[in-house]
Amino acid sequence: MSRWNEEFFIEKGLLLTAVSSIIIITLIIVFIFKEGLPAIQSYGFINFIFGMDWAPSSGQYGVFPMIIGSLGITALSLLMAVPLGILCAIFLAEVAPARMRKILNPTIQTLAGIPSVVYGFFGLILLVPFMRIHFGGTGFSMFTASIILTIMILPIIVSVSEDAIRSIPQEYKEASLALGATHWQTIKNVIFPAAIPGVITSVILGMGRAIGETLAIIMVAGNVVQIPGSIMDPVRALTSNIAIEMGYATGIHYNALFATGIVLIFMIIILLVLANYLHYKKKVTVGGGYL
Amino acid sequence: MGDCRLHRIIPPKIAQKIMDLIFWASGIITLLILLMVIGYVFYKGLPVINLEFLFTDPMDSGKAGGIFPMIVSSLYVTFIAVLVSAPIGVGAALYLAEYAGENRTVRLIRFGAETLSSIPSIIFGLFGLAFFVIYLRMGWSVLSGGLTLALMALPTILAASEVSIESINKSYAQGSLALGATKWQTVSKVVIPAALPGITTGIILGMARAIAEAAAILYTVGAALITPISLLDPARPLPLHLYILATEGISLDNAWGTAAVLVILILIITVTTNTLVDRYRKQMMGR
Repeated sequence: MSRWNEEFFIEKGLLLTAVSSIIIITLIIVFIFKEGLPAIQSYGFINFIFGMDWAPSSGQYGVFPMIIGSLGITALSLLMAVPLGILCAIFLAEVAPARMRKILNPTIQTLAGIPSVVYGFFGLILLVPFMRIHFGGTGFSMFTASIILTIMILPIIVSVSEDAIRSIPQEYKEASLALGATHWQTIKNVIFPAAIPGVITSVILGMGRAIGETLAIIMVAGNVVQIPGSIMDPVRALTSNIAIEMGYATGIHYNALFATGIVLIFMIIILLVLANYLHYKKKVTVGGGYL
Repeated sequence: MGDCRLHRIIPPKIAQKIMDLIFWASGIITLLILLMVIGYVFYKGLPVINLEFLFTDPMDSGKAGGIFPMIVSSLYVTFIAVLVSAPIGVGAALYLAEYAGENRTVRLIRFGAETLSSIPSIIFGLFGLAFFVIYLRMGWSVLSGGLTLALMALPTILAASEVSIESINKSYAQGSLALGATKWQTVSKVVIPAALPGITTGIILGMARAIAEAAAILYTVGAALITPISLLDPARPLPLHLYILATEGISLDNAWGTAAVLVILILIITVTTNTLVDRYRKQMMGR
C-alpha cells in the first residue's frame, strides 16, 4: 500500500514540474497584460499601435516607429545571415574536411554562447567608428545594428541547418551520385530540398533571437524614435525602448512600457504560429514531392 | 527555373568547381568573422586580467579596481537559477519521456515549454520586475534576479534532458520492470543514471544561458557595486557590469577585461559540455 502511495505521489509530483512551464507562461502573460493594458486602454489601441510619436514627457505613446525599427533590423540581419549561414552549414555538412569541422564546430558553439552585451560592446567600439568614417553620420544606425545581429544569429542558423542537412539519410545522396549527378547537383536537387524544414526552423530561431535582442542593439542602433528613411538612419527597437526607459518610468509611462512588451509578445506568437505552419507545410511538400 | 538555364550554359563539372569555391569561401568568411570577435576581445581584454583585477572590489564606480563582486554576483544568481530550474526541468523531462503518453496535456506542456524558450529576455525582465521585485516584494535582489534567470534556463534544461532520456535504450527500463521493480525504482535506478551525462549537459547549457544574460536582470537584480551576501542583497553580475561600463563610458579597459572574463567562462562551459558529450557517446557505443 505504501509503495503504491509513493509511486502515486512521485508521478503527481513529476506531473506538477511538467505543468510548471504552462503555469509560468500564464503568469508571465497575466502580469505583463495587467501592467500593460491600462496604458493601451487610456491611450487607445489604434493610437498606441499606429501612433508615430513617443514622447512620455508630453503624454505621447505611439510605438509604430519602434515596430518598424524592430522589423527593419531583423529583416536586414536575416538578409545577411541566412545566405551566409546556409552556405556555411552546407560547407560544414557536405564539403569541409573533418579537420576543418573540428575547428569550426566548437568555435560556432562558443560564439552561440557568448553574452549579447559582448557583441554589443564589440560593435560599439569597433563597428560604430568604422561606419562613421566610411559611411558618414554618427555611425549608430539600423545597418550597424543589423551587422552585429548578423554575427549573433549566424551560429544558430549554421548549427541548426547543419544538423538538418546531416540528418538526411545517406541513401538519398548515394542514389543521386550513383545516377551520375555531380556533388553540387546532389546538394541542390536532393540534399537541400530534403533539409528545408530544418533550415526553416533555423531561420525562425534566428529571427526570434533578432527580434528579442535588447542590450546589444541599444549599444549600436542610436535609439532615435523615428521611421528610418534609409538603413543608415538611427532607429529604436521595441526591446530597446523597454530597457532604456524602464529605469525612470512612473505612472502611465511605466504601463506603456509593459504595453510595448505586449506588442513584442504578439510578434513572437505570430512567429511561432508561422513557424509551425511552415514547418508542417514544407514537410508535406518534401515528403510528397521530392522523396 | 533559373537553375535550369544555368545548367545549359555552365557545364556541371564547372558548376561543381564554382560552388565548391563558394562553399569554402562562406565557411572561411564565417570562421573569420567569428574568430575576429573572440580574438579582438582577448587582444583587448587579456592584458587587463590579473589576480588583482579578479579579486579586488571596483573603485570609483568601476573606473578602477577589479570585478570581484561581479564575479560573485554572476555565480550567485546562476547558482540560484540552476538550483531552481534543474529539478523542475529534469522532473518535467522525466514526466514527458517516461510517464506521459501522447495526449492533450502533454501537447500543451510541450507548447508551453516551446513558447517559454522563444520569449525575449527583456520580457522575462519585465515579468521579474512586476512579479518578483514588486508583487512578491523581493526587491532588487540576487533572489529576484536568480529566479528570473531560472525561468529562462528552464526550457533549455527541459529540452536537453528530455532528448537524452528518450535516447536511452528502452530495453534497460523493460529489463528492470520485468525483474519486478516499480516504475519509480526503474526511473531512479536505471533511467536517470543512464541519462545523467545528457542531463548534466542540459543543466550546463541552462547555466550558460543564465550566466550570459543581462537584459532579464537589468531591472530585477539592482546594480550594486558591493559583494552580495544575503539572498535579498542587490548585485551586479558580469554582463550587467559590462553593459553599464560601456554605455556610461566609465572605463573601456575594465569593460574589455570584463568581456574577456565572460568569454573565458563561456569557453570553459563549451569545452566541458563537449568533453561530456564525447565521453557519453563513446560510452554508449562501447555498450
